[in-house]
Amino acid sequence: MVKVDGSGGANSLIQARDLDKTFTRGGEVIDVLQGLNLDVAPGEFVAFMGPSGSGKSTLLNLLGGLDVPTRGRITVAGDEITHMSGGRLTEWRARHVGFIFQMYNLIPVLTAFQNVELPLLLTKLSKAERRSHVEATLSIVGLADRMHHYPRQLSGGQEQRVAIARAIVADPTFLLCDEPTGDLDRKSADEILDLLTRLSAEYNKTILMVTHDPAAAEHAKAVLHLNKGVLVEGKAIGAH
Amino acid sequence: MKFLPLIFANLFRKKLRTTLTIGSFAVALFLFGLLIVVRGAFNQGVDVAGADRLIVINKVSLIMPLPFSYRDRFQRIPGVKYVTYDTWFGGVYQEEKNFFPQFAIDPENQALVFPELAVPPDQWKTFLQDRTGAIAGAGTAKRFGWKVGDRIPIKASIFGNETWEFNLDGIYKGTQEGDDETQFWFHDKFLDERRTFSKGTVGWYTVKLNSPDDAVAAAKAIDGMTANSPDETKTETEKAFATGFVKQMGNIEFLILAIGSVVFFTLLLVTGNTMAISVRERIGELATLKAVGFADRFVLLMVLGESMLIALSGGLLGLVFCKLFTMGGDPTGGMLPYFHLSPGAMILGILVAMLVGLLAGILPAASAMRLRVVDALRRV
Repeated sequence: MVKVDGSGGANSLIQARDLDKTFTRGGEVIDVLQGLNLDVAPGEFVAFMGPSGSGKSTLLNLLGGLDVPTRGRITVAGDEITHMSGGRLTEWRARHVGFIFQMYNLIPVLTAFQNVELPLLLTKLSKAERRSHVEATLSIVGLADRMHHYPRQLSGGQEQRVAIARAIVADPTFLLCDEPTGDLDRKSADEILDLLTRLSAEYNKTILMVTHDPAAAEHAKAVLHLNKGVLVEGKAIGAH
Repeated sequence: MKFLPLIFANLFRKKLRTTLTIGSFAVALFLFGLLIVVRGAFNQGVDVAGADRLIVINKVSLIMPLPFSYRDRFQRIPGVKYVTYDTWFGGVYQEEKNFFPQFAIDPENQALVFPELAVPPDQWKTFLQDRTGAIAGAGTAKRFGWKVGDRIPIKASIFGNETWEFNLDGIYKGTQEGDDETQFWFHDKFLDERRTFSKGTVGWYTVKLNSPDDAVAAAKAIDGMTANSPDETKTETEKAFATGFVKQMGNIEFLILAIGSVVFFTLLLVTGNTMAISVRERIGELATLKAVGFADRFVLLMVLGESMLIALSGGLLGLVFCKLFTMGGDPTGGMLPYFHLSPGAMILGILVAMLVGLLAGILPAASAMRLRVVDALRRV
């Protein structure tokens, strides 16, 4: 269930109400998001589309606790994150959000294994437990045989799969993907999208994805368009 | 501990840069160690000076002699336990560069006033009975390969220009850290017999007191006793005398402080710049770490940790090299007999290196900590 009219109920995993976000640039106030409402149920795979500058990434940053709205509130799994302090928000991100970026954002001096292990360093898991989690996750993304490779030794598609493994290894509440296929060729992009679809279908992961690519959006269960600061429904929600 | 691989990986992302920065620390700490060693060498006399000893010199100058007759008069002053005297010989052994101090001593009270410079009793007994006998410090004996029984020729430079020959009757050793083991002693009577001028005089007196508390009164009494005589004296504690002696060579402390400050300030700038570049290069990575859930404080500590690890590695390397260098002994051929890098100085060096590492890392680490994830990710 994905709703954009503020009518979502208590079973929403992610709930945004009356979100405003304004930026001031060169003395000019820019309203990026205006009274935006969103409800996402657990297990949904939602794609956000819209022209450049429409506020897709801004919305993702707000939902991921990387930025705070000018007005409104965001609740995730019962936690209202809008008024959390910076420190609490960081802890919250570690527990609840898995980020997947367009440019993969892997640490180049760490191996695939070490990159995936990063979020687990913030947990109390033992070294052996961390190893087993990382190996299992790298198997899910099909890179068990590349775990000791450095990012420079991997293709773009493989790097993004490592990034996905890093995003899911700590079993976060939801995944935020910002143009995950934007830097990939069609074949690699399709592999990544298939992987995300599998994570949604087999592991019931909640995924919010920003994309410019209609082909990528096709993989989502619901597509929302961001237009003039508000969300409108695209593909029939729940039709996938 | 689990974060160490991340810190090490960051350090070695630019191997050449890290190596050069570590090298800068190593060179600076090598120099620091050397300055401490040189300072220690100059101050060695000050550090080991007895608190209960006074040095009495001619008020005009150290090189002006004092009458031998003063010895018994000083001995009668309240608070004075023993009196001994020395005269600088200033001879040359084989070549000018083979410098070591030679003193004509008073065998009677030498051991009583300087008990820390120990001579085996049988050797001392031989020396007392040998008019041309001599005692050498263990350092000098080792330096020239002398053994007891050797004949040591020393060419005079103040008392004529003939070669004086001595029988090496014994070798003394210091009993406390920093004792000077380079001296060469022979009988004052032998000097007095052979010299053609200033007979019946000595270079200076060393007065051993019953207690350090007697120092002020005894010094005053000695100088009062000789006042208005042809040979007025200047009496001060051995420590004050040694300090004054060092100061004659210039303000070593200031020189060392000035050189050290310049070196460490430069090091601070070099390392600070390196860390700033290192942080600037990986803004995206730092933002990713924060996005993943690493706290601002962690990022601060990580950058500081990198900076301090560079400082620690370079510092240790430099100090180890310095230690190895000083283990070769005095490189000046006798001018700096106490040439030693103490464990305390090494610890101080490590602390100084860590402090520089900390200071150099503070600004880059703070900027990494303040980094806003959203802004940083937009720049990637």
